Amino acid sequence: MDLVAIIRIAMRALARNKLRSSLTMLGIIIGVGAVIAMVSVGQGAQEQAQQQIAAMGSNMLFVGAGTVTRGGMHMGWGATKTLVYDDMLAILRECPAVKEAAPGSQASAQVVFGNDNWATRVNGSEPQYFDIRSWPFQEGSSFTQSDVDMAANVAVIGETVRKNLFGATDPIGETVRINNLPFKVVGVLAPKGTSAAMGDDQDDIILVPITTLQKKITGQDWLRWIMVSAVSRQASYTAQQQITSLLRDRHRIRSGQDDDFMVRNLADMADLADQQARLFTVLLASIASISLIVGGIGIMNIMLVSVTERTREIGIRMAIGATEGDVQQQFLIEAVVLSLLGGAIGITLGMGASYMITQTLGWPVLVSPTAIVAAVVFSMAVGIFFGFYPARKAAGLDPIEALRYE
Amino acid sequence: MATISQPATDTPLERDQRTIIQIDDVHKYYDLGETRVHALRGVSLRIARGEFVAIMGASGSGKSTFMNIVGCLDKPTSGRYLLEGIEVSSLSKNELAAIRNRKIGFVFQGFNLLSRTTALENVELPTLYAHVSKEEGRKRAQDALQLVGLGDRTLHFPSQLSGGQQQRVAIARALVNRPAILLADEPTGNLDSRTSVEVMEVFQKLNDGGLTVVLVTHESDISQFAKRGIHFLDGKIRRDEPVQNRPVAAEVLKNLPTLED
Repeated sequence: MDLVAIIRIAMRALARNKLRSSLTMLGIIIGVGAVIAMVSVGQGAQEQAQQQIAAMGSNMLFVGAGTVTRGGMHMGWGATKTLVYDDMLAILRECPAVKEAAPGSQASAQVVFGNDNWATRVNGSEPQYFDIRSWPFQEGSSFTQSDVDMAANVAVIGETVRKNLFGATDPIGETVRINNLPFKVVGVLAPKGTSAAMGDDQDDIILVPITTLQKKITGQDWLRWIMVSAVSRQASYTAQQQITSLLRDRHRIRSGQDDDFMVRNLADMADLADQQARLFTVLLASIASISLIVGGIGIMNIMLVSVTERTREIGIRMAIGATEGDVQQQFLIEAVVLSLLGGAIGITLGMGASYMITQTLGWPVLVSPTAIVAAVVFSMAVGIFFGFYPARKAAGLDPIEALRYE
Repeated sequence: MATISQPATDTPLERDQRTIIQIDDVHKYYDLGETRVHALRGVSLRIARGEFVAIMGASGSGKSTFMNIVGCLDKPTSGRYLLEGIEVSSLSKNELAAIRNRKIGFVFQGFNLLSRTTALENVELPTLYAHVSKEEGRKRAQDALQLVGLGDRTLHFPSQLSGGQQQRVAIARALVNRPAILLADEPTGNLDSRTSVEVMEVFQKLNDGGLTVVLVTHESDISQFAKRGIHFLDGKIRRDEPVQNRPVAAEVLKNLPTLED
């Protein structure tokens, strides 16, 4: 018998018990749908994490003033005063894997414009900071190196600050007051969103020349951090090692002693986030595949019932010349049609569900073709695996007994 | 129509060209736990092409077992069975299925049609397993239904047909692969007397066309329509004799009251 005829017979047999067939398919539909939705959500999360890390800057390393223990007290991040501007110059001079570096320090300040005021972070740095963090301007431009040299009162503001202070007003050229000092706004940064690593609003920020911050706002001459960019993503690991050994050397830290700084590699963080998202995907998918197996057991159950119900039909078919192979094929195809049909519906539902989930969470929609192919193959395999035993049972019937079956 | 009832070509191996069924000292046991049921105790028989044989006997006489063996649904425990010169007892299951498909046409007591499948599709079924093309299968099925007088009922479902009509669909199905023998197991068991005679009329017509018919029945008035009567008792053939004063079903029908009367 040709395959088309067998599939037609299978479809008709399934159409005979529409409710039963649909309920049986439901297991596969839910299983496949869940796998597709979960894999899509997992991959969307992975993509989202990657995008956020990429948004923080490419090949970026973060050198922070570290923790220190004084008299048994463990002081927080940035508590040391040992990280200085000369360290940055040394890094640029002595670490070949490093491309650029920008110093940084930070203060909290109340910023006033007209009748509006806003509490925000004020960071001091140098113009290359925007380069290292691959942070474009939506308006205006960065302060210049000569602004840094002269400790000029100029500021670059983030999107959140612009929104809260200026609203519809064009901020370029306007003057804001930071801790009562007047600053001229020269640039507005493009929005970067929430940071993946810290979860804070990266756009809630004002940047001023490092010299201005140190001399006029904080009165401190040490740095809180140095932003470094490596020559390439691979080089960021080398850069990390070079910076670590250089700074240990410069800060005269003996072997065995803890660093008084820390070097964070964004490539590292990206990998970590990637790994976590992948694990998340695998976990979700494996939970979802359990329902696929349960669906397969449902198919097996119904096929066994079907074989018993149709014992007489099997007997008739055998009496008029169906071989064991013919009968086995018929029931196997029926199970496969059942599971494939369920798989197709499941894919549609899964895609719909993942679209809805990603819409709600604001993640990128990522229905992976691999997941769809895998779902089709897997549901077919489920049909074959769980349909085989009932089909074998049907084929093994004795035609005489089967014909006599009431 | 004659082509359908015309038997297939003879095998040159067979000495007697006219012998279609040759059974030599066939025994059949069933082992049911401790006890052994001896269903056939040495049966030897020859049936020639074009015969119309009635197999009779009470239940337990071995006639059903005999029919299963003749129909290649079962194999003898010992002895030989040659169908058109082919030693059937040595064939594999798949080969037996092919023999059933091509050489034997089954008609059962309970009609055994697939419900929710039209008359035409029921008749087509054996052609599907014979790897006949779809068009050829359909044409043959239509011809066979025409032959049994149901040319206008091809798209009816079994539930829409009377018992006699269902049995005629079953006969058409048995004929569709142009078998060597038509094997009918109590074909009138579920039918009233008039319809039974109608079915016998179809059998006689087919037999007149040259088809070999083997009919298993326990109704002696039905067995009268055959040309030869074989009586089974306790797993052996007790009597084997030609039927005397064989009635012609078509004539009998004229004298039977119709359902409307």
